[in-house]
Amino acid sequence: MTLTAHGKMQLYGALLLLPAAVLLAAFAYLPTIMTVINSLFLPGFRGEPAAFVGVENYQVLFDDPTFWKVARNNLLYALGTIPTSIALALGMALFVNGKLPGRGFVRMAYFTPTILPMIAAANIWMFFYAPQIGLFNKLLGALGFSGVNWLGDPGVALGSVIVMSVWKEAGFFMIFYLAALQSIPPELKEASDLEGTSRWSFFRRVTFPLLMPTTLFVLINALINAVRVVDHLFILTKGGPNNATNLLLYYVYENAFSFFDRTTAATITVVILLVLAVVATLKFTILDRRTHYQ
Amino acid sequence: MPNQSRIRLDRVTKRWDATAAVDNISFDVTPGQFVILLGPSGCGKSTTLRMIAGLEEASDGRIHIGDRDVTRLPPGDRGLSMVFQSYALFPHLSVADNIVFGLRSRKVPKAEQRERLAKVAELVDLTAYLHRKPAQLSGGQRQRVALARSVISEHPICLMDEPLSNLDARLRSDMRREIKALQSRLNMTVIYVTHDQVEAMSMGDRVILMQHGQIVQDGTPDELYNRPASAFAASFIGSPAMNLLPLVAGEHGAVIESEPSTPVAPRDAAGGQLGIRPEDIDLRPADAPGVPATVLSDEYLGADTIAHLAVGDHTLRVRLSGRHAITGQPCRIGWSPGAAHLFAADGLRRDDLAAYDLPPTTAPQSNSSVDASHADTRHSQLNPQR
Repeated sequence: MTLTAHGKMQLYGALLLLPAAVLLAAFAYLPTIMTVINSLFLPGFRGEPAAFVGVENYQVLFDDPTFWKVARNNLLYALGTIPTSIALALGMALFVNGKLPGRGFVRMAYFTPTILPMIAAANIWMFFYAPQIGLFNKLLGALGFSGVNWLGDPGVALGSVIVMSVWKEAGFFMIFYLAALQSIPPELKEASDLEGTSRWSFFRRVTFPLLMPTTLFVLINALINAVRVVDHLFILTKGGPNNATNLLLYYVYENAFSFFDRTTAATITVVILLVLAVVATLKFTILDRRTHYQ
Repeated sequence: MPNQSRIRLDRVTKRWDATAAVDNISFDVTPGQFVILLGPSGCGKSTTLRMIAGLEEASDGRIHIGDRDVTRLPPGDRGLSMVFQSYALFPHLSVADNIVFGLRSRKVPKAEQRERLAKVAELVDLTAYLHRKPAQLSGGQRQRVALARSVISEHPICLMDEPLSNLDARLRSDMRREIKALQSRLNMTVIYVTHDQVEAMSMGDRVILMQHGQIVQDGTPDELYNRPASAFAASFIGSPAMNLLPLVAGEHGAVIESEPSTPVAPRDAAGGQLGIRPEDIDLRPADAPGVPATVLSDEYLGADTIAHLAVGDHTLRVRLSGRHAITGQPCRIGWSPGAAHLFAADGLRRDDLAAYDLPPTTAPQSNSSVDASHADTRHSQLNPQR
């Protein structure tokens, strides 16, 4: 068989794409499909074949009060971390983008939490939060307040986890904002200064709109991170007390590897994927239209 | 009040650490003037403009606009607008929003904004593009948006920082005329920074030539061209630049170095330089009076020809109108005494001496004397017609 020039080019292009396609298929698409299939079956006992049960697994999941508690926790976690870390990142980026002495040092200091491995960071925060010897309770004690059981009190524990996540993530998002800020030509500020535009007005009318592509990118990342939390829960609370800090992915982990209930784990995973897909689509369709790309 | 747009700089200095970018300069711009700040890059012209705008703070000296001392005022309170080299358009805003940006900052009522926008858009011919984004415009149109933004503010003063340097040559000459027309129509006071002497000569009512942070010459384009204050000014204005030849003492007066046969100036001029513009040099046959020279090469540019001549060890450029193919021919050159400029050893112009007369030959030379061997160059003649 002889190939035409066009056919050769097609083959050439396909071969170039092959390595990435194989890796993606093996580690992303195939597991996704397997998960979807798993979520539709009940495993057989003692060598019996798995039984197809349709959406029954989902019905069981939606009747599970723990799932709803975990989902609610995760929603609170997302609402607590995403806006705060983004606002903090933007504020820090604006601060270190200005003229200030020791700017390089401050930038590095803000970025340090990102470099730390999550396990290490969580261990550090364990010492901050520890009930008797912890830093926070020591400080409160010095001021004459009684200490709080930061990770043990069901009403406070989720908040404590949120604070740590914000601390860890804000520096990472700051880097993106800083890069975007530095790509804004300084003449824009000068031109608006000549018109007597106030700093706030300049931020609202020029800086923020020009940062929208970055904000969108950071927003998606923050959302993905919000449902990707396993490691610091593992160190800090193990999802306790009484599931007060249990989040979706940790719940998946528990189901899969503590309760060995692969089916429930797969079902929750599919739900997470669907929710993420819907939210990401909404973001890109609604926010993209109002975003200026250079 | 026309006086509102008078700009006065009084011994203004800008220092970065130890180096002075702008060194003790003073000038006074009268309302309605089109003033050019001209100079090579790094001469401090942009810094001077930015100090007037308030984007840089003067290290020393005072800046007055109208009756007010604005030296320490923020840019927005100085009552001026500025056009940037990069146009500084807001990429996410439409042309209309870009133009009214300043009016919104100053909380001008919406109805008035619309009215002024319509008028200005008409003025700069942008009415059809108001809803577009800057990225969808050509370079010349972006330039117009930047102009519109400064015009709509109705400030009497407009500062321009090399506004045409991002445009191609043809568009540039159109925009030169447009800016000049706009300025005289609106009676704006303009300070215009450029390194392009063509822009300076064609647009300015007055040109301030700067070098190393200091003013070299401050005068009309005519004065800069015809009476350059220094050898630097002479070499900066005109294209090709003025020929500068070092003078040494000879037997009957100062002679061009390495060409001792013909005295060209009084002996006191020795040690300085003789300057003659390429267009002021007469090319004569080899047997006529004048300084002996040899034609090294000629560049034909269409309307005229630039010939390169060897005089002693030096190379001179001569502009001849029309087409000439005279490479390799010996000849003599001369000039009228008014066309020769003398500069002292420190580069400053000296008017106490006059260059010697190298009289133009009385009768027009016949073309045959030098050109006989070049039958194919019918237009060629050594006496340029001017």
